[in-house]
Amino acid sequence: MSKIITDVVCPFCGTLCDDLEVKVSDDGSKIEEVYNACVIGTEKFLHSQATDRLTVPMKKDDAGEWHETSMNDAVEYTAQMLANAKKPLMYGWSSTSCEAQSIGHEIAELCGAVVDNTATVCHGTTLIAVQDVGVPSCTLGEVKNRADRIIFWGCNPAHAHPRHMSRYSIFPRGFFTGKGHKARKMIVVDPRKTDTAGMADIHMQIEQGRDYELLSALRVAVRGAPLPETVAGIPREIIQDAADTLKSGRFVVIFFGMGVTQSLSKNHNIDMAIMLTKDLNEHTKAAIMPMRGHYNVTGSGEVMGWQFGYPFSIDLSRGFARYNPGDSSSNDLLRRGEVDAVFVLGSDPGAHFPFSSVKKIWDLPSVCVEPHYTPTTAVSKLHVPVAFVGVEVGGCAYRMDAVPIHCRKVAEPPEGVLTDEEFLKLVLARVKEIKGVA
Amino acid sequence: MAEYLIKNGFVFDPVLGINGDKTDIAIKDGKIVESTALSSATVIDAAGKTVMAGGVDVHAHVAGPKVNAGRNFRPEDKLFTYESGKGVRRMAGGFSVPTTFKTGYSYARMGYTTVMEAAMPPLYARHTHEEMRDTPIIDEGAYPVFGNNWFVLEYLKNNEVENTAAYISWLLRTTKGYAVKIVNPGGTEAWGWGLNCNSVHDPVPYFDITPAQIMKGLMEANEYLKLPHSIHIHTNNLGNPGNYETTLDTFKLFEGEKPKDEFGRQQVMHHTHVQFHSYGGDNWGNMESKADTIMDYVNAHDNLTIDIGQVTLDETTTMTADGPFEHHLTELNHLKWTNRDVELETCAGIVPYVYSPNIKVCGIQWAIGLELALLAKDHMRVHLTTDHPNAGPFTRYPRVMKWLMSQKAREAQLDAMKWGDKVRGQSLISGIDRELSLYEIAMMTRAGTAKCLGLAHMYGSLKPGLEGDVAVYDYNPETADDPEQIERAFGNAAYLFKAGEMVVKDGEILSNGRKRTLWVDVKVKENPQVMRDVTEKFLKYYTVTQANYEVHEEGYIRNPYRIEVDATQ
Repeated sequence: MSKIITDVVCPFCGTLCDDLEVKVSDDGSKIEEVYNACVIGTEKFLHSQATDRLTVPMKKDDAGEWHETSMNDAVEYTAQMLANAKKPLMYGWSSTSCEAQSIGHEIAELCGAVVDNTATVCHGTTLIAVQDVGVPSCTLGEVKNRADRIIFWGCNPAHAHPRHMSRYSIFPRGFFTGKGHKARKMIVVDPRKTDTAGMADIHMQIEQGRDYELLSALRVAVRGAPLPETVAGIPREIIQDAADTLKSGRFVVIFFGMGVTQSLSKNHNIDMAIMLTKDLNEHTKAAIMPMRGHYNVTGSGEVMGWQFGYPFSIDLSRGFARYNPGDSSSNDLLRRGEVDAVFVLGSDPGAHFPFSSVKKIWDLPSVCVEPHYTPTTAVSKLHVPVAFVGVEVGGCAYRMDAVPIHCRKVAEPPEGVLTDEEFLKLVLARVKEIKGVA
Repeated sequence: MAEYLIKNGFVFDPVLGINGDKTDIAIKDGKIVESTALSSATVIDAAGKTVMAGGVDVHAHVAGPKVNAGRNFRPEDKLFTYESGKGVRRMAGGFSVPTTFKTGYSYARMGYTTVMEAAMPPLYARHTHEEMRDTPIIDEGAYPVFGNNWFVLEYLKNNEVENTAAYISWLLRTTKGYAVKIVNPGGTEAWGWGLNCNSVHDPVPYFDITPAQIMKGLMEANEYLKLPHSIHIHTNNLGNPGNYETTLDTFKLFEGEKPKDEFGRQQVMHHTHVQFHSYGGDNWGNMESKADTIMDYVNAHDNLTIDIGQVTLDETTTMTADGPFEHHLTELNHLKWTNRDVELETCAGIVPYVYSPNIKVCGIQWAIGLELALLAKDHMRVHLTTDHPNAGPFTRYPRVMKWLMSQKAREAQLDAMKWGDKVRGQSLISGIDRELSLYEIAMMTRAGTAKCLGLAHMYGSLKPGLEGDVAVYDYNPETADDPEQIERAFGNAAYLFKAGEMVVKDGEILSNGRKRTLWVDVKVKENPQVMRDVTEKFLKYYTVTQANYEVHEEGYIRNPYRIEVDATQ
């Protein structure tokens, strides 16, 4: 007899849907079905059941061959590596719980490490812009209940956040939005004709990398000042039409993704997008929100914030926290050869960092803590398989609007497999011994 | 557990009526005891020193989403403020929005042992508790905000006090909250549409209710529930010239009302940071102090308490659930603005601010806060706060004490202002020669705040049986002659005992203590209608499910301390 677990939280993307239902076998060992989730979320739950899953730590010998090793050895290697390094990099944190992040930070503090999360290659530019000009924002429920003008800028939720539009932004009927999508206007800014763009009332098919210009032009149009004939490949009439559409709304929301954060001008694009939002608040109500990718990258920034005062790229090597993205950010440190060990948990820099950075990881003592075999594994010296947070262990995660939700455990991890938190606690205890700290 | 005997100090305890007498204080098993109960105590020589109960802060913004947004969007706030970790101490930094570790250490160094987070958005209760969990030493509680909550607006529109009370009971238990907070009632909901309620009679858009009805109704529900603390109000029209009339309108809503709790509080409403609500004039040119008018009212009505919200003349980070006010502020100072509207519940805005002694209005604001305290007749009802970090960081409390205790220090500050004469002309400060005593300071920071919170049975005094929270300051009231000594001594406790454990010695942190989180569990009669309304709202309008909303004690709350109240009788 199977049983259904309700109100399950999906640990995949920043949408953090919490209405999943998971059918598990009577003894709780096997996940049979996942309801309500998107295809990616479903796969995350079912994939945890893969029969070829890694369950034992693996270490690479001098010849580059992998050998299984004990958990004790994995803890010892990791603790020695971190404790003996002058400036280790502890990267990732975006796909694990806040509880695990917190233990990781304590280790980082003891070892004088740099702690950085995946924002460094996605919405770090957003965080820098927020430090420049702030951010008028809201929770996703405000969007559901009030918003009648939605912009998706440089993002494609139809594929990357598959339930975003149905749960929060386009289709739901909220308190003041009883007509659902029929009373909402949707604007998409994207150089590609994405599936999201295909649904838009206005698709501004912008020239690649011209976001700053188009955002500036929208600010000009909102103020009613004259525009040139075209900006960023978009005719003046369409820009004016978009500005009028926004001003005539009761509640405007701009969602933006990596198409604009990692495009030319980077944080300056977001400065301008935020200032457009601020301008719109003089005419109507407006908010702006980054489409965060990992399900707990926001949480990582929050925990780093209350413990160290900065949201990413924090250098603790001098005994106090320093923050200077471009200097204290992972890729800059790796490429300049300024770190002497690399610890990765809850992300995959092997797949997403520039090759010059990945080569540095290959050269250094390195540990990858991760349920899967990933490209980061391939360049690391030790791989420690762990339980899936949100599937095999609970813990706190923060949605893209920074609403914290407690993830639920629905199945047991394979025997002998630790959770991130358990592994980090063992490493912390060993680091304290090595350092002679009480 | 260790026993301590604190000998020969000058003790100030308004609850026991001890006013600087040399009295020995004994601590055993975490509590204050009679000295005869000790068997093998460690003796602390407090000769020539001041001894008080641990400080109790009734209103500060120290944990939660807006505090953390303030931290993360102000890297500049960390410049020159970082301390390395040492011993049990984690590395810690930040000036106006310190990290959680620094918050705990700084309060402890000032001799404070209990602090209330003054605004918790219910949807973000988990975040608030996570931060409090990581704040060492001090006991904390958090006030969920109710003044713009859709349930409250709908129930009170129909004058359904009992349903409002049942909902409050449910939300306090669900969020592990301590008291009913109200911020810009109705105005923050109006801000959902970019609007505001500027007076207590402005209708709230759509909901067909006024701020006056919201505040009055929540007071009635609060007394129906017999909660330890009264409603805690930040009223409409904050920060605008001429707003003292709105403040008086708010006070008058509660005339003749009496508290119904069994926790010994005297008030039916606490009005917070009254400095921001005591402005005369009708523009920034003629803005003037109305502290005397406000205090005439407060002095004549014993069913309300206030805190001052003292401006400290620093660069700081303002943050409040008064969303429209923060938008107004960013339009005023053109600095960066963060805003976060929270579905069905509230909003928050954050803007950095510089209270410059070279700006006349800042000088008048500085004067008003001090005037409120100096014109008070009963310091058990007038509390010392800076509305941290809104009017200045809590780490300036010792400086505020200096200003309150020394006219010389006040005049020196006025002389240092660019427009000192204009400040003198548009405020009352120069005409007040009163200097508060340590006894009155102990009322403002300990005895009065503990009573106002309904926690006089735990904190605020050195009476045997209370928590072993004791602060010893290197300040000799008989020989001290320099006002600077006040600021130095009260910022660096010679000793602090928290729940009977020595956590600070000579300003150094010895222990992270066993901090507790206080919350109120109030039992009401079963109310199926309210539970049905909760279920419906979660299904239709919230974006988290009802089952994922509750903050459970396990994992999120450090040493939970549940205060039970029975409102079924």
